[in-house]
Amino acid sequence: MFAKAPSHSTALGPGCAGPPLANPQQLSSAQASAHERGSHQPSCGAAPFAVDASMLRSTGSQPHKHTQSPYVTGSSVLAITYAGGVMLASDTLASYGSTKRYKSVQRLVKVNDSTVLGAGGEISDLQFILNMLDDLKTEDYCADDGQSLSSQELYSYLSRVMYNRRNKMDPLWNSLIIAGLEGGKPFLGSVNMIGVAFSDDHLATGFGNHLARPLFRKRHRPDMSEEEATALIREALEVCYYRDKQSINKFQIAKVTASEGVSISEPFALPTKWEYKAFVDPTRNAVGVW
Amino acid sequence: MSGIGTGYDLSVSTFSPDGRVFQTAYAQKAVDNGGTVVGIRCKDGVVLGVEKPVASKMLVGGSNRSTYPINQQTGMGIAGVSADGRQIVNRAMQEATQYKGFYGEVIPGYVLSERIASYVHLFNLYWYVRPFGAALLMASYDSEGPQLYLIEPGGTAHRYFGTAIGKGRQSAKTDIEKLKLTELSCRQGVVEVAKILHTVHDEEKPFELELAWICDESNKEFKRVPADLAAEAEQQAKAALDEDMDS
Repeated sequence: MFAKAPSHSTALGPGCAGPPLANPQQLSSAQASAHERGSHQPSCGAAPFAVDASMLRSTGSQPHKHTQSPYVTGSSVLAITYAGGVMLASDTLASYGSTKRYKSVQRLVKVNDSTVLGAGGEISDLQFILNMLDDLKTEDYCADDGQSLSSQELYSYLSRVMYNRRNKMDPLWNSLIIAGLEGGKPFLGSVNMIGVAFSDDHLATGFGNHLARPLFRKRHRPDMSEEEATALIREALEVCYYRDKQSINKFQIAKVTASEGVSISEPFALPTKWEYKAFVDPTRNAVGVW
Repeated sequence: MSGIGTGYDLSVSTFSPDGRVFQTAYAQKAVDNGGTVVGIRCKDGVVLGVEKPVASKMLVGGSNRSTYPINQQTGMGIAGVSADGRQIVNRAMQEATQYKGFYGEVIPGYVLSERIASYVHLFNLYWYVRPFGAALLMASYDSEGPQLYLIEPGGTAHRYFGTAIGKGRQSAKTDIEKLKLTELSCRQGVVEVAKILHTVHDEEKPFELELAWICDESNKEFKRVPADLAAEAEQQAKAALDEDMDS
């Protein structure tokens, strides 16, 4: 048994200072054995009661949970560098679970004159990020010193925001690709919802990581011409479209070049071919599959 | 001013028997003794011009800014105590950001002018604060078109076609009234503002001209007038002034 602190009130229970019981009762043996530290038995011997521990927490000290699962989401974003610029591509779908709910959502956004942001994941979180970047831009404008954030700086900033939110156990549910020109050279950076950030010559989010990046690894060169880059991106989009259930045949391509700055294309569709043998008879080479 | 030495001018929370708040009037005086600030609303935008007295020859050119962007579509010119003015500018930035965050739209000019006026007015209500010794000309360009507002230390906000505050306000206002503001473009307006400020400044003391505008040419964003254009306007203003002297 632990010695009771003398300030404990027999009327109010452990940890409370106060008056003693007016009519102290002898503890029964059952009560005495239950009366151990942490057992929530009042030391006065009155009937035990239970308190839901979660109700004792104030909402302020606990993380909010309403953004801990995504609702409306976008799928892959693909990005490659080429000679003199960067190119991004994504479809325009925002799914509600597995429902193709919103089919004209732009997921490639111009952030400033030399940077484009591409986002997969929760669309409302993307909108939050865009509002945040907008405020940042206005603040920068008010400084009126002719400086604006470069692609690399935006990438660093966003990676800090994403990592910070993950540490609050309230992540922004996105995979982001920041693309632009850094000192005239192509720059691509990616950050995801847990704050993993890295930079590469070609990048993809979501399913694109599995479907497009192998293609990029095989075919991408940093000195590709714009035509070659467009062809590669279109091919990768097509592969993603065939294999990714959460995608539609409505794409946009964004470019950042030194000469033309940021340009984002109108939505377009790709020609598709569904007569491939593997598509027509998908179980032909898979014995035992129905 | 009657009533000086009678004790009615010590606090902003006491009226004088003839119905005035002397501290507020003194704040207005601080503005009226400062450099002249001119604002005109032209057909395609607003031009602000500030006459900045150069306190020392050793001062780096362009220091002590007195026109500030609040957001892309709003800007302010400070007349009077510039440190007080900057406080108001900071508040205006906060109000603009708050409005944008809450309503998702850019704050309209009249809303911002009223919010700023309310803020300035607060400092005319309690004995433990003093009113701002600064007035602000605010230029904005929203869906309603270009607008010019004047916010004064007493907490008033008015919309103008053109107005002036500071030392040379009287003759500057007379000059502004002669302009055909509905026909004038901002490019011409810049020259007119430069002319007015050069005319109004009659002492031999050196001064710097700060010109800012928001118009179609500046992409509907509040910006300083491009250096080459400002220099040209100032040159034209000086030439016009010399011509007047000769005739």
